[in-house]
Amino acid sequence: MKQYTLIASRDPFESRQAGRYLELAADLKAEGNEVTVFLVQNGVMAARRSGASAALTDLSEKGVEILADSFSLRERSIRSRALADGVTPSELDVVVDHLAAGRNVIWH
Amino acid sequence: MSKKITISIMDGPFENARTVTALRLVDIAARRGYDITVFAYEGAAALAFARQMPHANAVHGRDADEEDHPVPREWVASLLATAKANGGSVDWINCGLCVDERGVNEAVEGTRRGTPGDLWKAAEASDGTLVIGSK
Repeated sequence: MKQYTLIASRDPFESRQAGRYLELAADLKAEGNEVTVFLVQNGVMAARRSGASAALTDLSEKGVEILADSFSLRERSIRSRALADGVTPSELDVVVDHLAAGRNVIWH
Repeated sequence: MSKKITISIMDGPFENARTVTALRLVDIAARRGYDITVFAYEGAAALAFARQMPHANAVHGRDADEEDHPVPREWVASLLATAKANGGSVDWINCGLCVDERGVNEAVEGTRRGTPGDLWKAAEASDGTLVIGSK
């Protein structure tokens, strides 16, 4: 089993590739890997409960950890109570933790 | 033993939130005393350009001091100092070809020229590497 951290920085309302990236997370999880999706910048727009957040909730139910950068959430006035099920606010420190631990950290 | 991480960035200054996020990551690692390599590629080679100048804001009637416009070279210098103060280091490498292409040869003290080969070596020696592309 490998460990992956997928940093998602793109707004799903602007980029169809954002959805493809979540499919990659699902595939990696289905192959038995440990996967975290870290939403940052406009990537957190998917974290607000909406039509675009269903994919994140679905991923979470499959065992993918879904984190959203607290700073990016504050910048966009997205409050914790507005987050979709399965999404947890997090500090960016987690990404540094994962780099230091030798996980595969990928940016999109 | 100190942790080693490598981060490669490509965006030029004043252009994209990716730069802010990348520098936030470097800041976190610097405060932990990590040994960090930053490979500034393409437009990012101008982040440490020493002749960046803060400017006034004529529209709002503010002079340069009042405007206090941020310049990335100061952020780069601050990151180097933060790492050193915490027992770590930042090896900030500006891609030499990228620097020459843009005429940004004068970089802040503590940074250096390098090649993509340096990125590979740093990645080989690091616990983790993150490449932040421009698209």
